[in-house]
Amino acid sequence: MIFLKQTDISSAEITPKAVFENRRHFLQQAGFGLLAASSLGYSKLLHAENRLGQPQKTIEANHKLPKLPVINKTQYGEGEKLTSYKDVTSYNNFYEFGTGKSEPAIESKLFKPYPWTVSIEGEVKKNKTISIDEIYKLAPLEERIYRMRCVEGWSMVIPWLGFPLAQLIKWAEPTANAKYVEFISLADKQQMPGVNLPILDWPYIEGLRMDEAVHPLTIMAVGLYGEHLPNQNGAPIRLVVPWKYGFKGAKSIVKIRFTEKMPQTTWMKAGPREYGFYANVNPQVAHPRWSQSTEKRIGTGLFAGRIKTQMFNGYAEQVGQMYAGMDLRKNF
Amino acid sequence: MLAFFSATPKKTCIRAIKLSIFALCLIPFIRLILLGINDNLGANPIEFIERSTGFWALFILLATLSLTPVRLLTGRVWQLQLRRMLGLFMFFYACLHVSIYLWLDFSFDMNEIAKDIVQHPRILVGLAAFMLTIPLALTSSNAAIALLREKWKKLHQLIYLVAIFAVVHFLWLVKLDIREPLFFASVLAILLGIRIYFKYHQLR
Repeated sequence: MIFLKQTDISSAEITPKAVFENRRHFLQQAGFGLLAASSLGYSKLLHAENRLGQPQKTIEANHKLPKLPVINKTQYGEGEKLTSYKDVTSYNNFYEFGTGKSEPAIESKLFKPYPWTVSIEGEVKKNKTISIDEIYKLAPLEERIYRMRCVEGWSMVIPWLGFPLAQLIKWAEPTANAKYVEFISLADKQQMPGVNLPILDWPYIEGLRMDEAVHPLTIMAVGLYGEHLPNQNGAPIRLVVPWKYGFKGAKSIVKIRFTEKMPQTTWMKAGPREYGFYANVNPQVAHPRWSQSTEKRIGTGLFAGRIKTQMFNGYAEQVGQMYAGMDLRKNF
Repeated sequence: MLAFFSATPKKTCIRAIKLSIFALCLIPFIRLILLGINDNLGANPIEFIERSTGFWALFILLATLSLTPVRLLTGRVWQLQLRRMLGLFMFFYACLHVSIYLWLDFSFDMNEIAKDIVQHPRILVGLAAFMLTIPLALTSSNAAIALLREKWKKLHQLIYLVAIFAVVHFLWLVKLDIREPLFFASVLAILLGIRIYFKYHQLR
């Protein structure tokens, strides 16, 4: 029962996937039955409600991905309670697979994250491509437990697997002109139903300033909870920048471009008043839609209330100096 | 359902219709309770309940507003007997919606709530919509209708403002995919448009 929900579930205590999937299946059918009845025949309307989340089977079941190499544990996120695997993989913003939170888990089932290549271009010695297999071997994989704060006012704690983006940048050999890095996600209409809707200017583009990109906290994630990234979380490779709002973390990246000028990101184009290039988590800068001074931690149950949002999502000590002297109200 | 289309159904028939609509209106509420008991409200249960109660409040509000256009278009009047029940169900879901926001979402933290209202126009307009429904719910009894007479009619025209505010509240919540709020907005526009058309032409 939700009222009795424990807030400190360790990964070992989580209901085995098969069990909850079974139970969910039954409840979902019951739920949808009621839904259908209550919709007074207009099933489309139901779309407006959050459809029930459906956790995705681990990727290995659908695709043959190489085993992930040895993972080094790190100190990051000590003392944080992990958000459950189920919540991390059933509540996603990944518009390429639909705008509902539970759509990505459902709509990405047939997505093929392997084989995969990432092309490197722009201000680099020479353009090149790197396969996902080579990426896995580029640097030792680390587990990084990071807080993830969404601009919509909710947050999670996720045990990512990845390596510092700085390692990939070193391999890419950018020239002295490279001041920014642009990340371009896959926009494949065949595999990604959301791309057929002109809701965002596809493909999804994100960007970082060079110093942000090489910061040791910035990682390219290839997995979570000790496994490959599930499709709905941005398989096979995504960006994770823990002190910025979640939308900065471009998913399913196919291209990395080094530029001299600040990239125009997708959300900047969609809502220049709402989304800036920096998008640093900042409780002092209000957003026109959502409260930014507090956040709801996912998985803490109905009665846990909100927690205070921290400056730079609690990573101020490590990243604050990069923005010294900048007006963060203007550079939001 | 056939009775719905006949000119004036029998009294017992109307009672049956009322009863079934009453039951239908309770389904979203019962569903939420069942989902809650089974821990099946998803990763963000508060958002789920807020969305669901808001959705059904708006849905029932539009259903309430569709009864007069039916009269204008068909000349039938019996369906107007459903108006009070539907209106009160709208108020019921709106109350749930606002309570969840104040209690579960913001734990009655008045500071944060004040900030939320001031900083976010969608909250302000939503709150205004809810405030305006309170006098309507309070004056829904026969006694109030008899007491207020012409004033009652005037007062209850506030519902149009409530509907417009509620749709705007939904529209401003949605980040980019505005298909659903736009659907509600179009239905509202049609319902109000029919009224305006008939008022202008004084056809009935």
